[in-house]
Amino acid sequence: MKMQSSMRYAEIKTSTPNYWGILVALAVIALAGFAAAHHMDTEGHHVTGMNNQVVWGLPHVFAIFLIVAASGALNLASIASVFGKQDYKPLARFSAVLSIALLVGGLAILLLDLGRPDRLIVAMTYYNFKSIFAWNIILYTGFIVIVLAYLWLMMERRMYKWSKPAGLLAFTWRLILTTGTGSIFGFLVAREAYDSALLAPLFIVMSFAFGLAIFIILLMLSFRLDQRELDHSHLQRLRKLLGLFTAAVLYFVIVFHLTKLYGTQNHDFERFILLDGGIYTLMFWIFQIGLGNLLPLAMLYAPGLQRSNSALVIASLLVIVGAFAQLYIIIVGGQAYPLNIFPGYIVESSFFDGVINEYTPSLWEFLLGFGGVTGALLIALLGIRVLPIMPESLPAEVQ
Amino acid sequence: MSTELDNIELRPARREFFKTAAALATTLIAPGILLYKTGHASDASSKKPRWGLLIDTNALSESDIDACVSACQREHGWDSDPDSRTDAQWIRKVKLTDPESGHQRFLPMMCMHCENPPCVDVCPTGASFKRDDGIVLVNKHTCIGCRYCMMACPYKARSFIHETLKDQLPVAPRGKGTVESCTLCVHRIDRDGSNAIPACAEAVNHGDRKAIWFGDLHDPQSEISQRLQALGAVKLRADMGLNPGVRYQGL
Repeated sequence: MKMQSSMRYAEIKTSTPNYWGILVALAVIALAGFAAAHHMDTEGHHVTGMNNQVVWGLPHVFAIFLIVAASGALNLASIASVFGKQDYKPLARFSAVLSIALLVGGLAILLLDLGRPDRLIVAMTYYNFKSIFAWNIILYTGFIVIVLAYLWLMMERRMYKWSKPAGLLAFTWRLILTTGTGSIFGFLVAREAYDSALLAPLFIVMSFAFGLAIFIILLMLSFRLDQRELDHSHLQRLRKLLGLFTAAVLYFVIVFHLTKLYGTQNHDFERFILLDGGIYTLMFWIFQIGLGNLLPLAMLYAPGLQRSNSALVIASLLVIVGAFAQLYIIIVGGQAYPLNIFPGYIVESSFFDGVINEYTPSLWEFLLGFGGVTGALLIALLGIRVLPIMPESLPAEVQ
Repeated sequence: MSTELDNIELRPARREFFKTAAALATTLIAPGILLYKTGHASDASSKKPRWGLLIDTNALSESDIDACVSACQREHGWDSDPDSRTDAQWIRKVKLTDPESGHQRFLPMMCMHCENPPCVDVCPTGASFKRDDGIVLVNKHTCIGCRYCMMACPYKARSFIHETLKDQLPVAPRGKGTVESCTLCVHRIDRDGSNAIPACAEAVNHGDRKAIWFGDLHDPQSEISQRLQALGAVKLRADMGLNPGVRYQGL
């Protein structure tokens, strides 16, 4: 409460060419994403890299990255409101704004990649309540409403006492939401790459790491653009947190693969991911584990780099690179590996049974995915310009 | 905060309220329970038919299966370039080789019309649905093209329409951006009932020489049930408990 009363927030006021340049670039890419989606919609999905074997491609990697990161970005607000850590309170507003922005970007990609995006109204009015997708439609829209209310309660001084229960609701909701996202895959019993309850908690720790990585980069960027004071002690806390979350992701990945490796029936699938899956194996070891987990862990914990801001930014960027690799392997790699309809037989058909399925992402899918990311960033950066979201300064803490 | 007087006066009214509420709740909930019971009645015990196919792979040559595929294409107006990864395939020829003995076998695969179809479970809008007679279809008006059913189907039975289609047939409406699969020739079944013969079966059954039986799995007197009882058959991925309506002999 002490922190709250003394903390002052203000809109970002900078008007440098750099700032406007960033906004224009983001807007242009977001528009290109819309144009790509329109092209895919009019021509049909044959202009994309997807096919009848790999039905979810690069747009889903981007979309799920944003949706997972969205729920994770809310963590800093939760740490303040739910777990009562006053140090995080100044970051809570931006945490909420960023989580909404990322979710909107991710949902836009998912919607625009549908075969019939014009049928949004059908998706909103016809519900099959046994479908995890249908639950997710409710979870995602509910998340936006709850976090908007939470943000308002945090910003309206007279209502501030309600922000704690609202924060608890938002925190619970986001845990259910990410469980739902992980379960889109976890409940797919027919595919060896999925069919695991572990995917839900794995997605939750992934959200912690990915959301925080984006948060750190945008926090440092916006403070620098507006020349606000950001003391090292605040970044140090986030650095430790990112290290912890990245290690947790690595732990869940190891348990996931060890479980699959133990039983003989999944050996072929594990061999595909870990040993001879070509691009997927390369992505797994180099990008996901090496660049996405081990290198950032080393950078975050190395004693010599504890005061280096650039090391923190690079580590955050690496976590994001690893996130894309990880989601690409889960989503595309999981479909590339063939369905095992006839165990013990060599299977061949005109419909590509029994072979590793091909997928080469197209420019359109890349533009749509990237457009969703830039759209989300644009919403976040405009949000902090029109509303007093960011603290005026984050000086060194006075004991 | 209520006084003694309040309590005395309100009590009878309150009791009346609870009575009415209880009566209302019973009236509202009872039909619901009845509906639930009706809806969850076991398929096997009901009088409704459940259409299925029995495929004798011993009686099918490789060219027979090609004939099945061509017949389905003609019947429903789909075509598939062999090099295309995006063209639809409602039925396909699968070749199995035993890696130890080298023994080879061919079979046709299509939608298995499961009793517990995963595609229906995961469809967010309910466009993927199972008819009362067991046929699994896609409602082309409510399919949003999310492809979740294709992720969930263990048999790879479904195709997504990747481009604009021309010269569609009236019996098989199709649309870009939606998902489709074998309909068990539902238009023939709706016309001819148990006398119907799906196009694939028609292509390979010649007089007494039959390789694919179509019929009612719920009718113990039907030819398909009699044959299943006498000779047995295999359900693909039986471990998943989906109870497919398409069964195989000779696997």
